[in-house]
Amino acid sequence: MRYTFLLYSNPADFAHMGPEDWAKEKEVYGAYIGALQEAGVFVDTDWLHPADTATTITLKDGEKRIQDGPFAETQETLGGFFTIDVPDLDAALAWAEKCPAAKHGKIEIRASAMDSV
Amino acid sequence: MTEHPDQSAARAQDVARAAYGKLIAMLAARSGDIAAAEDALADAFVAALTKWPDTGVPDNPEAWLLTVAKNRRIDAVRKDQRLVITDEVPDMPDLRTDTDPAADARLKLLFVCAHPAIDPAIRTPLMLQTVLGLEAEEIASAYLVSPKAMAQRLVRAKRKIRDAGIPFTIPDTSEFPDRMEAVTEAVYGAFAVDWLSGAGDLSHEAFFLSTILAGLAPDNPEVLGLNALIGFIEARRDARVSDGTLVPVPEQDVTLWDTHLIDRSMSLLARASQAGLPGRFQIEAAIQSVHCARRATGQTDWRALSKLFAGLVAVYPTIGSAVSQAAVVAEDAGPAQGLAMLEKTSFTGIETYQPAWAVRAHCFAQMSRWAEAAEAYDKAISLCTDIPSRRWLETKQRDLRKKSS
Repeated sequence: MRYTFLLYSNPADFAHMGPEDWAKEKEVYGAYIGALQEAGVFVDTDWLHPADTATTITLKDGEKRIQDGPFAETQETLGGFFTIDVPDLDAALAWAEKCPAAKHGKIEIRASAMDSV
Repeated sequence: MTEHPDQSAARAQDVARAAYGKLIAMLAARSGDIAAAEDALADAFVAALTKWPDTGVPDNPEAWLLTVAKNRRIDAVRKDQRLVITDEVPDMPDLRTDTDPAADARLKLLFVCAHPAIDPAIRTPLMLQTVLGLEAEEIASAYLVSPKAMAQRLVRAKRKIRDAGIPFTIPDTSEFPDRMEAVTEAVYGAFAVDWLSGAGDLSHEAFFLSTILAGLAPDNPEVLGLNALIGFIEARRDARVSDGTLVPVPEQDVTLWDTHLIDRSMSLLARASQAGLPGRFQIEAAIQSVHCARRATGQTDWRALSKLFAGLVAVYPTIGSAVSQAAVVAEDAGPAQGLAMLEKTSFTGIETYQPAWAVRAHCFAQMSRWAEAAEAYDKAISLCTDIPSRRWLETKQRDLRKKSS
């Protein structure tokens, strides 16, 4: 079953970080991706620019509306995601616990609904 | 010749990991202010990252960091205007020698953290952070509290040490019994964290500290037991992983074991047991000594292990020791008994505890209950995030398929 980890954190918690800190952070994530790949459970991941650079589009009311910024202003914002392929939620939780993002923020784990529709 | 910036940065990180506790201990010893020492050392690491790529890594990187941190500390205090610094930076000790004052300073810091005036619950985490350099997040996950709460408690404890004026001294031997338990727990905790996932620097440091403790309290059987325990495990370091796959102790190539270290640990354990006061570390060391005896006898004495685990579970019941006990009973009395023991275990989290599924799978396989064994191996593999252990479980799973088909 595919599970996606949505990585939420408060950007203010990272305000103090300099280039070296980010380089170190990148290494930590690299190691985690390596472990996922070696275990054969890795599907996809990405690391996103901050939410204040977001652009939101909708056609919901029949016309195209584009908005500068995220659709919702929240303290904790989506910073990236991982998708992995493991048998069940217990296994997904075991890997989410090892994810570096868990140390600084929250990880929302969602199972793929592709097979159920 | 100058090094590539990446190499200098990596070197700075190596030094940081191995020397963190020593440097904090030496910096905080005078002022009693651990938080300020941490700030100064953080500045020194930043300076190293900027400077070393140009100048190359100094011959004695630890002494370099210590000098820079001490200067930062003096600058900070001058800015503070609360204290008058009368002495300049003293002569630098060479931290690389074994008789260095750093070892002494680290021990003092350990005992400060274990002071009766400090909340017992925060003593071990405090030691793990200040002396052994673990991050608040790593400690928090081991103690099952939020990183934020752990960080707050650590900050509070450090303020208490500074403001209450807890002395940085090695206490009188009469106070050892009260403080030694937290100290030994922290040293073993650091060893265990690094043994699973780290590069080995920290476990080496933990072994070194446990050796100094054994010299300091030669009559404390648990301190000797801890030193023997870490020694037995260290002695098997080269044999534990082969081709990226975990090798369980009973299957390890004994010729890769460090015989000198095993002999040393055996005699330490013998000395400890003369006191007739068994405890958690002595029992765990005894378990490791039984494994290591295979070097001479060629076989594992499962009956002896079974008795020792019964003793361990009685004095120190943890999910890990309970599952290991079931594994040992399965070898000694048979897989049905091992399985029965496992099903009786009622620790929280046992349903998602990977070693429990591995033991269950092994027992089912021994009983030729192939389908249940395969299912249990699937579950164990799915829960396993350590790559060498995962490889080993996958090998067992493949062997099982060959046998059952």
